[in-house]
Amino acid sequence: MLRFVVRRLALVVPVLVGLSVLLFLWLRALPGDPARAMLGQRATPESIAVVNEQYGFDQPLLQQFLIYAGQLLQGNLGSSTQTGEPVVSSFLLRFPATIELSLAALLFAIILGIPLGYYAARHNGGILDTFAVGGSLLGVCVPVFFLAYLLKLVFAVGIDLDLGLFNLKDLGFLPSTGRQSIRMDATHITNFYVLDGLLTREWDAMWDAMLHLVLPAIALGTIPLAIIVRITRASVIEVIHDDYVRTAEAKGLAASLIRRRHVLRNAMLPVATTIGLQTGLLFSGAVLTETVFSFNGIGSYLFDAIGQLDYAVLQGYILFIALSYALINLLVDISYGLIDPRVRVS
Amino acid sequence: MSVLPPPPSGSAESVEPMTIDDLVGHVGHDDERGVSLWRGAWRRLRRNPSAIIGAALMGLFILVALFAPLIAGHEPGQPIANSGVTPSSVPGPSEEYPWGLDSTGVDLQTQIVFGARQSLLIGVVSTSLGLSVGATIGLLAGGFGGKVDLIVMRFVDILLSIPSLLLAVSIAAILGQSQTSVMIAIGAAQVPIFARLLRGSLLQQRASDYVLASWSLGLRRRTVVMNHMLPNSLGPVIVQATLTLATAIIEVAALSFLGLGDPNPSAAEWGRMLVQAQNRLQSDPHLALLPGICIAVTALGFTLFGEALREALDPKSRR
Repeated sequence: MLRFVVRRLALVVPVLVGLSVLLFLWLRALPGDPARAMLGQRATPESIAVVNEQYGFDQPLLQQFLIYAGQLLQGNLGSSTQTGEPVVSSFLLRFPATIELSLAALLFAIILGIPLGYYAARHNGGILDTFAVGGSLLGVCVPVFFLAYLLKLVFAVGIDLDLGLFNLKDLGFLPSTGRQSIRMDATHITNFYVLDGLLTREWDAMWDAMLHLVLPAIALGTIPLAIIVRITRASVIEVIHDDYVRTAEAKGLAASLIRRRHVLRNAMLPVATTIGLQTGLLFSGAVLTETVFSFNGIGSYLFDAIGQLDYAVLQGYILFIALSYALINLLVDISYGLIDPRVRVS
Repeated sequence: MSVLPPPPSGSAESVEPMTIDDLVGHVGHDDERGVSLWRGAWRRLRRNPSAIIGAALMGLFILVALFAPLIAGHEPGQPIANSGVTPSSVPGPSEEYPWGLDSTGVDLQTQIVFGARQSLLIGVVSTSLGLSVGATIGLLAGGFGGKVDLIVMRFVDILLSIPSLLLAVSIAAILGQSQTSVMIAIGAAQVPIFARLLRGSLLQQRASDYVLASWSLGLRRRTVVMNHMLPNSLGPVIVQATLTLATAIIEVAALSFLGLGDPNPSAAEWGRMLVQAQNRLQSDPHLALLPGICIAVTALGFTLFGEALREALDPKSRR
């Protein structure tokens, strides 16, 4: 198992090296003077000189790369050209919010998606199956930020529309922006607000943070949900028809045992891979979702950076995401090894 | 529904005189019992309700896009003087403007109709770009292999570790705001996907008996790859192109949302309409609902059709 992990870890290194080279060239591909482009309107001869000094833009290309690589190895992703803050510290400050949101979204997608996909597969061709398949196709087609708007409109802002039984405005009870009510005087230790509430036993603060997570998590989790439903369904349908399931049935095993041990366990392999692959989707979706809900994570930070063409932040963000993506998929591979012993050997 | 570009260069019929491979290809074709892959797929597609719904939605969208000037009553992006737009409300439907005006004082129906045209244009151009470049890379890597394969695919792997929206954002950020840069950004973000797909598809063919037979007849590598392996590997690529059109339409909207869209106000664009409507959600939700629904329904049409095509081309996947 350890050798398996080390071997997989070794595969991540060339990808990251290649990516950093690519991102290095990307910044140099900017039209005109990179220092001027990075500074935008704040470009004065003095500030250009400072940036040239910092990034070594006036040095030969190879030397520039060595400077850049050296900084990367020290964990330095440069500073925002707009605020002057180091990119890494801004990320670390805001990353807990995005992790919290992504986990909530993923939880929503998994808890709803796997049973739904499983049920749809068991009742292949039935009404619920048709709805699950159709709904999951629609789910990937709705632009994330449009869905976020809609959720915000109906469940936070509220529409004044009398439906006879109840007024649609009554649905608008959830908070629409931020991570916690401003009134809430909560103590923050880790910057994971829900976890903070748990640690400090400020239950009302924790509940408040959770309520703030509901809508953004649904908006962000809908595409992963749709994908998980489809993969689970397809995978279960395939496994149900496998020989070993028929054998298990023939030898008279209890149906529930077959479902758990034979069907679900084998069907989960592609699902686990899929969940890992959602990381990239979650981080890019977070840019849209966090912006709509004014959720102060790295997504909304990137949104601001894009608006101001803050290349240092954009560069850092992409590297950061690719790193997280590689690490999470490493974890998925390891979990694959745990679920299916055959993977470890081969 | 021929919205796809021709396959990448070189796959056109060769001008060589009749060779043994033509004969072999010919015999192989006649010898087939039952129906060919594409004819069988067409037969399955016609019977699949979701394919029909998808095709209908696609057809509607393409018709509206093509005949936009005939359907819309006005010029796109032309604000009406004294339109009566206030910060809290927009004028409702009238005889002149059947769906009312949008927040910039432009006829809403015209904007929606021309938005279809814009989406189709960007979608087709960017998908063609991603398809042609990506498929060429995939063809070189998968068909000819060796060192090229190793180097190119590492590169593709790296690009695949960046979410396609962010890849598009980073390219659009360099190219600046224009319609062309939106097309290039979205197209370029699809390149690694097409490259990996065609390469994988070609590698699968490599082990087939017919490829082995072609080799053993002493055919040149170029002939085997171009005339035999490539035509048999295109199925998944065509499916992906259909699905990519849906992604492209959604990503255009996302780029607009992020402020990297086409800044030209006379080009009606659904994503930008959505963004402009966000401050009026409570007073005039229809301003956001209409473009949002248009994006979703159009994307759904391409997705339904693409998925049905995938099933039709790969009968094994159906149970």
